[in-house]
Amino acid sequence: MASRSSQQGLFFRMHIDLTLLLALLALIAAGQVILYSAGGENIALMQRQWIRLGVAFAVMLAIAQISPDTMRRWSPVLFIFGTIMLIAVLLVGTKALGARRWLDLGLFRFQPSEMMKLAVPMMIAWFLSAGNIPPSNRRIFAALAILIVPVLLIAKQPDLGTSLLVSSAGLFVIFMSGVSWRLILGFVIAVISFTMPMWLFLMRDYQRQRVLTMLNPESDPLDSGYHIIQSKIAIGSGGSFGKGWLNGTQSHLEFLPEHHTDFIFSVFAEEFGFSGVLILLALYMFIIFRGIYITTQAHGTYARLLGASVVLTFLIYIFVNIGMVSGILPVVGVPLPLVSYGGTSIVTLMAGFGILMAIHTHRKLLAH
Amino acid sequence: MTRASVKNKLKGGTHVPSYRINFIYLILLLAVCLLVWRVLQLQFDNEFLQGQGNARVLRQVEVTAHRGMITDRNGYPLAISTPVSSIWVNPHEFDLGDKKIYQLAKLLKLNSQYLKNKIKKRADKEFVYIRRRINPAQAQQIMNLDIKGVHVQREYRRYYPDGEIFGHVLGFTDVDDNGQEGMELAYNDWLAGESGKKRVVKDRLGRIIAIEEQVKAPRPGKNLKLSLDRRIQYLAYKTLKKTVQQHKAKSGSIVVLDIETGEVIAMANQPSFNPNRLQDRKSSRYRNRAITDLFEPGSTMKPISIATALNSGYYSPGTQIDTGDGWFMIDGKTIKDTHAYGVIDVATVLKKSSNVGTSKIALSLPKPLLWDIYYSFGFGSDTGSGFPGESSGRLVRPRRVSKIEQATLSFGYGMSVTTLQLANAYSTIARQGKKQPVTFLYQQADNSDSGNTGAELALNQRVRLSERSLKQISKMMQTVVSDGGTAPKAAVRGYKVAGKTGTVKKASKHGGYTKKKYAAVFAGFAPVSDPKLAIVVMIDEPSNGVYYGGLVAAPAFSEVMSGALRLLNIDPDDISRPDVASQIEQSFGRQI
Repeated sequence: MASRSSQQGLFFRMHIDLTLLLALLALIAAGQVILYSAGGENIALMQRQWIRLGVAFAVMLAIAQISPDTMRRWSPVLFIFGTIMLIAVLLVGTKALGARRWLDLGLFRFQPSEMMKLAVPMMIAWFLSAGNIPPSNRRIFAALAILIVPVLLIAKQPDLGTSLLVSSAGLFVIFMSGVSWRLILGFVIAVISFTMPMWLFLMRDYQRQRVLTMLNPESDPLDSGYHIIQSKIAIGSGGSFGKGWLNGTQSHLEFLPEHHTDFIFSVFAEEFGFSGVLILLALYMFIIFRGIYITTQAHGTYARLLGASVVLTFLIYIFVNIGMVSGILPVVGVPLPLVSYGGTSIVTLMAGFGILMAIHTHRKLLAH
Repeated sequence: MTRASVKNKLKGGTHVPSYRINFIYLILLLAVCLLVWRVLQLQFDNEFLQGQGNARVLRQVEVTAHRGMITDRNGYPLAISTPVSSIWVNPHEFDLGDKKIYQLAKLLKLNSQYLKNKIKKRADKEFVYIRRRINPAQAQQIMNLDIKGVHVQREYRRYYPDGEIFGHVLGFTDVDDNGQEGMELAYNDWLAGESGKKRVVKDRLGRIIAIEEQVKAPRPGKNLKLSLDRRIQYLAYKTLKKTVQQHKAKSGSIVVLDIETGEVIAMANQPSFNPNRLQDRKSSRYRNRAITDLFEPGSTMKPISIATALNSGYYSPGTQIDTGDGWFMIDGKTIKDTHAYGVIDVATVLKKSSNVGTSKIALSLPKPLLWDIYYSFGFGSDTGSGFPGESSGRLVRPRRVSKIEQATLSFGYGMSVTTLQLANAYSTIARQGKKQPVTFLYQQADNSDSGNTGAELALNQRVRLSERSLKQISKMMQTVVSDGGTAPKAAVRGYKVAGKTGTVKKASKHGGYTKKKYAAVFAGFAPVSDPKLAIVVMIDEPSNGVYYGGLVAAPAFSEVMSGALRLLNIDPDDISRPDVASQIEQSFGRQI
């Protein structure tokens, strides 16, 4: 008991939450196993991913050292800086695949929208924690106004997935601050009353068709439906225990597109089956429960709001990604967190866990 | 907002409502349940998707069976299937700037610019053959260059090493390796084997990734051993070709039969046909004329009609026949001889091939008898060789036989036969009446269930002529090749040869007979004392001055017969003359 507490004490002094760290390591290990298969057993690709993971871990540990109070004070600066960068991207960004998302800084490429996934909830938490909780309607609308600027800038790049994640991160903060249910209901009714007439009267047939295709891609099996049909086949052919590691035919034989990035869950489900999926979801749930626990233990409105937003955004990642590859949500480019191949999102996610660790480990110091 | 007030709040003055936290738990629970339900639904409630997963990658493909080899009686290969490789390029993958294209062009013996253009022209395609059916070693060299987008495909190709020498007998196969003509068609089931099936995994581009399992192993085709002897076939082919060219003939056929077994030892035709050449594949060339084409046998039927007379007991070889001035009239039609022979015996009638003599003999016999005898020799029905498209010939007895019909049939008009039928009939004479089906298959080989071997003819079946009369006629037929006979050129030094010439006026399209078109025929067998081979040579429309069977067909007969007897190591039976004896001694190197 004594040794355990001293051990925890050591990690605590390093501002590391051991439980969260071990859970993340387990998830990343599982992710590496499936990435090896989905990436076509490509060692070079694995090595690039390890470098990113290294950077992401460093970022997480670094952020864990910063006290939530410091974070809170720097929130507006980060937000304004990010917003300026978003404007810069639209003006001088690098264009790839028809979208402007990157700033080429010579040494490395920088994606400001990723930073905003954290900067936006930080800013709104800062704003709302400065006033009464629950906030007044006026402050809620002010918070919404703060939110809408970066979301629109990101949507214009265009990057539907990220703008969705950024806006949900912001909305979670607003929701957690205690917006009355009446207001939420009113908001939902407003949205419906705005979209219904637009759908019925303003949109033309071909526009409606596009929206319908996005919602039901299988109606267009050769084009936009192709991904999702192949993905459902991959998941469906996994069965209880899957086809076995490295034996998934849908990905290895190139039927499934984007199989090592956004659609990696399909590969996982195909090769490890339902049992594998349950284990993967259990790992995710464990991390989320730990995050919620940290949030409930957090001291201060800012920390609680920000912590809840980080956890819920993580959940949204999982839900949207699995939902889209299994065909219950339209396909937007959201990776499977910590498993999909790709750089920036991993760094952002780990930075989020760094915030959670900071909230947890600085609490005691603050309390004493 | 002051710094102090913020600090105050941080210490816990205001709190995030706890029901909101519970709400997060609820969302989490719902989200996870939804995902689990969805995955469950996809993975367990959906045989369709599981089937689709396999349907996308698992394919059954046919494994072509290796087609059996056809060999001659000594095992020499006549038709073989060899693996060949075809080189193809995927222009999508192929880099035109690649320097290796020069090496590729060099190996394929193609102009590199031509090759580039060919690929460039099909840049929007994913498949283009650049060289088909090259030998696998060469293909391996090309694959060793390791050029992106260059692929190899395995195929089989049927080769006929002897080309046109065996072309008519062997026939050929089509692009899917099915027999189309000749032996390839007749024994297709035996040769073809059964293609197998294997289940393979294919990727999105249809490339075979892995062989999952062999569903059914291919059963390779069996080899077929023919009765033909390549050495004698070559001799027959060469001789026939020379003869046809020399006499500017329209076409020609030669058949060599083994008298004892009924095996076809050689069979060749002109014009010839090379089964390796696709452009040769038209019926005028690949038709096996010796089996499909009919002609009137003419005087070559005289041995049978005269043997019928001998068999009747009214005639003996010495019976005197008055052929008069070389012509006489029946039913207002004239029957003529080439010379006036006066009163001659039956043997001389055959030796000189007197139409008048033969007619007079025939007219003294019962009217339908000749037809019956001819039928018993197998005329008018096929030989049982099983060769595709074999013709039965034409021999129809009129309801009321007229004298002229009776007379002309005795010297081979009013009926038609194939070269093979005639050879079969002469074999039967040589066997002294014992019938034997004709076969293309080596009789000692394990070709047992390969199909029709003509076994429907019962053993010990005989023609309706006695051994004695056929022995007599064989002896008389020897005089044909002697000095003073119609075909001294058919003689074979050292062997006793029995035979008969035929110089047949060809029937005209407009009825009656042509004036200047002939078929020159010689049919015979040797050695007479123990007959081994029967040969028929048929030269259609020789047009270089001479047209007599004794001048056109007989020399070819002699050449093939002497060569074949020598190749088969058959003892000479005619060593009466001292010069022949010493020559034989020299050539065989042993004392006789």
